[in-house]
Amino acid sequence: MSILVLAEHDNASIKGATLNTITAAKAIGGDITVLVAGEGCGAAAEAAAKIDGVSKVLVADDAAYGHQLAENVSLLVAELGKEFAYVLAPATTNGKNTMPRVAALLDVGQVSDIISVESGDTFKRPIYAGNVIATVQSSDAIKVITVRTTAFDAAAAEGGSAAVESVSSSHNAGTSSFVKEEIAKSDRPELTAAGIVVSGGRGMQNGDNFSLLYAVADKLGAAVGASRAAVDAGFVPNDMQVGQTGKIVAPDLYIAVGISGAIQHLAGMKDSKVIVAINKDEDAPIFQVADYGLVADLFEVLPQLESAI
Amino acid sequence: MKVLVAVKRVVDYNVKVRPKADGTDVDLNNVKMAINPFCEIAVEEAVRLKEKGVATEIVAVSVGPKVAQEQLRTALALGADRAILVETDVAVQPLGIAKLLKAIVEKEQPQLVVMGKQAIDGDNNQTGQMLAALTGMGQGTFASEVAVDGDSVSVTREVDGGLQTVKLSLPAVVTTDLRLNEPRYASLPNIMKAKKKTLDTTSPDELGVDVTPRVTTLKVEPPAERSAGIKVADVAELVDKLKNEAKVI
Repeated sequence: MSILVLAEHDNASIKGATLNTITAAKAIGGDITVLVAGEGCGAAAEAAAKIDGVSKVLVADDAAYGHQLAENVSLLVAELGKEFAYVLAPATTNGKNTMPRVAALLDVGQVSDIISVESGDTFKRPIYAGNVIATVQSSDAIKVITVRTTAFDAAAAEGGSAAVESVSSSHNAGTSSFVKEEIAKSDRPELTAAGIVVSGGRGMQNGDNFSLLYAVADKLGAAVGASRAAVDAGFVPNDMQVGQTGKIVAPDLYIAVGISGAIQHLAGMKDSKVIVAINKDEDAPIFQVADYGLVADLFEVLPQLESAI
Repeated sequence: MKVLVAVKRVVDYNVKVRPKADGTDVDLNNVKMAINPFCEIAVEEAVRLKEKGVATEIVAVSVGPKVAQEQLRTALALGADRAILVETDVAVQPLGIAKLLKAIVEKEQPQLVVMGKQAIDGDNNQTGQMLAALTGMGQGTFASEVAVDGDSVSVTREVDGGLQTVKLSLPAVVTTDLRLNEPRYASLPNIMKAKKKTLDTTSPDELGVDVTPRVTTLKVEPPAERSAGIKVADVAELVDKLKNEAKVI
């Protein structure tokens, strides 16, 4: 059994999501090869070679893979993937963008967002916004899979010594080009990897009030998230959205402030270890999943919380 | 130009779905069904392109049972010009749907295909990408802004760190994110007019597509229940519990 893992990276380093995917690959069992496709991605390939459990790193360094456009990268992955029994990627926006394309090129189905490996061909994955867990079996010869990163621990980033081999094939579909990127800058930890997440919802009333959350988050070393309502109302940018259609988080502590707890939001955070809800509506559905609930006005509670921790 | 919009009939997003007791499937008896929210956004975007004079004709297509006609009628009431139903009682998976859509694309030759980024039942997030791969088109997934300019389209995409803009040559596939637009409501006169619009029916057999599922669902079950929590009286008690009981801060 051989497994190809498409690495998530920024050319200089490997992103945490890849480490969780390696753990899922280990659960399947077999030789693990990591593919680093990018432009000027030598450093990322070196980092991938050090990941514990990786036996080989393939590096495809080409201008066509520069911004990891799905049209180009999928051609590469599909070409290399023919030699493997499994092709895995984290279920990040990148993985979600590229992998179904790979699956279609290989004429196989894809199993999205797996949360556990039951056996070589059987996996569990959430459907209906996480309200149902399905156990699914793939009959395809090559199994193309994306991995829900919060469901698997991160593999150790050090300790491995895989061989790095370069891949010469260059694929440029010529149908797409990169124009620009606007990446939100933040000193706080990345939302999907943070140990503590503090999230605000419509109850925050406006974007300025999020400074109350930032103050608490900074004291806790936490990332800040938001509900769809807060994003749609323009309080915060959309990359902070936690939920079925945003990011899936599973931190040790999730503090939901002014969030009612709609199904779609719960889908993104209900696997958190401890959930705290602060809401003035005692009937809010969020209290049904919260370990600790505080029925109070968030504008009184947040400053108190900041000084108490 | 012609725009193809794919829509799916799914359970209404407010319904909390439960697995059947025997674990074979989810219980969809007497559950309210609706057009998938992301597909609704796709229809709206196509209609806006027509209102801007960019699109000349909007063809809505759905794959599903006979009753999926209702969702196509909704798309027609929202502004689509005509509709095609690929009728089948098989629960067709994304690869199968992508192949059926490819067959429709070859027949209709649209310049742009707009569809939702994911259906809220299967949560697969695959079909648009698969269609793009099978037809060799470029893809603009998770779109929050779409601008057609001559023979190309610029798509601003919602990615993990923020936003990314790509330029695709036409024809292309765009999948919609929630923030692309605010779908309109169908007015009663438009609902009446939609009843007179053309709705053609075809089938996987007629299109020559094998839709045999590749992934079998062995079992469905509810997720692990969270045990009920407690309410605390004030911030001091909350901080104390988090420090000493849960030990998370």
